[in-house]
Amino acid sequence: MKIRQLSLFLENRPGQLRIPCKILGEAGIDVLTMSLADTQQFGILRLVVKDWEKAKAALEAQGVVVNVTEVLAVDVPDRPGGLAQVLEGFEKANLGVEYMYPFARGPYATLLFRVEDPDRAERILAEHGVPLVPAAELLARTAR
Amino acid sequence: MKTLWNDPDGGFHPASAPDFLPRRELELLQLGRLRSVVRRAYERVPLFRQRMEGRGLSPEAIRGLPDLGRLPFTVKNDLRDTYPFGLFASPMSEVVRLHASSGTTGKPIVVAYTDADVEVWSSVMVRSFAACGLHKGDVIQNAYGYGLFTGGLGAHYGAEALGATVIPISGGNTERQLMVLADFGVTAICCTPSYFVHLVERAKEAKIGFGKLKVGVFGAEPWSESMREYIQAETGIRAHDIYGLSEIIGPGVGIECLERRGLHVFEDHFYPEIVDPQSGEVLPEGVEGELVLTTLSKEAMPMIRYRTRDITALDPERCPCGRTLRRIRRIGRRSDDMFIIRGVNVFPSQVETALLAVEGTLPHYQIVLTREKGLDEMEVQVEVTSEVFSDEIRGLQTLQEKLARAIEHVLGLRVQVTLVAPRTLARSEGKARRVLDQRKV
Repeated sequence: MKIRQLSLFLENRPGQLRIPCKILGEAGIDVLTMSLADTQQFGILRLVVKDWEKAKAALEAQGVVVNVTEVLAVDVPDRPGGLAQVLEGFEKANLGVEYMYPFARGPYATLLFRVEDPDRAERILAEHGVPLVPAAELLARTAR
Repeated sequence: MKTLWNDPDGGFHPASAPDFLPRRELELLQLGRLRSVVRRAYERVPLFRQRMEGRGLSPEAIRGLPDLGRLPFTVKNDLRDTYPFGLFASPMSEVVRLHASSGTTGKPIVVAYTDADVEVWSSVMVRSFAACGLHKGDVIQNAYGYGLFTGGLGAHYGAEALGATVIPISGGNTERQLMVLADFGVTAICCTPSYFVHLVERAKEAKIGFGKLKVGVFGAEPWSESMREYIQAETGIRAHDIYGLSEIIGPGVGIECLERRGLHVFEDHFYPEIVDPQSGEVLPEGVEGELVLTTLSKEAMPMIRYRTRDITALDPERCPCGRTLRRIRRIGRRSDDMFIIRGVNVFPSQVETALLAVEGTLPHYQIVLTREKGLDEMEVQVEVTSEVFSDEIRGLQTLQEKLARAIEHVLGLRVQVTLVAPRTLARSEGKARRVLDQRKV
């Protein structure tokens, strides 16, 4: 159920974000969603793409530092208090959230979570009422 | 002696007499001392003896000053290879003090002084201060670091022997430095030029004056003519350049007199030669090359033909100040990749050691030196590799902090570590340009 996410190191200066985007575009990689975390000096671009292996190879061939991490996709009820309800499940499962960002495709309110221990999270979140979306389904939703 | 040394209108301390020796007399003195120091080193320092014998030379080979050119060089690595006491020519019972400075690896370079060496050091510092126009009655704020670094104690004993009042404030604590400067009737200050510029900036911000300050004795790092102009224009003081290195004695090897056109070398104790940095051949006066120094009177640790790596030229012209001591041009650059920041000698290899310790392999890196608000800043730019890249901001910040701490551990200096994207630092053919010095010295 875990989703492979690519993390890229970027320097915090103009023009840096365009470099990986251009490489992915030229390699014909479809970016499904992304999030950018930044500090004064550097940033980390996190991407979920259709073919992560091909994307990683294309980026690395151009000298970009790429890390593969696993994230979980969760469908959040699209109503007031929806996210709070999901987070309550995390809390009950005693899971810390490192960061999260939306998966911007499809008719659902889907969030991607990076948690301390993705394997354990995968096992126990469902038991605590957190609806995880399997990778295959997530990808199917993005089909045009 | 022209006038009394403690006459505030001029004159010199009696210790300054050798500054004015006729050249012929000075050269006789130099030759006598050279012969005895070479004999001492030959008899007591195995490394030197081996090298002499390797060239089929004995101390008798020194018949005149030009014979010095036949002797082997001593280099900084020799001090490292014989760490800690291998080049001492006196038993420890005769050594009254040890100092140490940073070397190319984690180990420092240790230098030793007998009672007589400390006396000589003190006398050349007296002569340095006297050449700057300082006398008994002056109040000298000594902001060189006290400790293993030779700057603090060297200037301290010299200022006391001059008869001046010394304030042993040591380095750092800018607020207190400014308070003491303004309140204690300080007339002269000793520190690194970059630190003084920092004091100037801070004083401006705080709208504090410099009281009675009239002279600055600045050394331990290269500085420029424009920096001097800035210091003098901002504060109205007279800024003097002082030269020295621990391996030879510490500060007090050379000093700018009131003319401030080159630094007089105290040739009766330190014999200067200029050599071609590549071939090692002695170059004529006036030609730029590497400064090589021989200690003529050192007991505990004689240095024969020590390669300073400092690039300069000898000026044979007589100085209007009357000193017969030859002058060296102010030092602007070095022949190796060592650089000096805030008075600390730094080799890129030391930074490499630290980076290697944290990351396991050596990443591409570059050292960028800048001068901001008068203070030297050192930035180490490190390319991020996939081995150390973490998906989390926190992880990268931890890496940055680890690198900074490892470098601080090796250098004793807090530096800025910046993570940069791979392949962004310039790669050059052959020798990598590891240091980008933007300080405009």
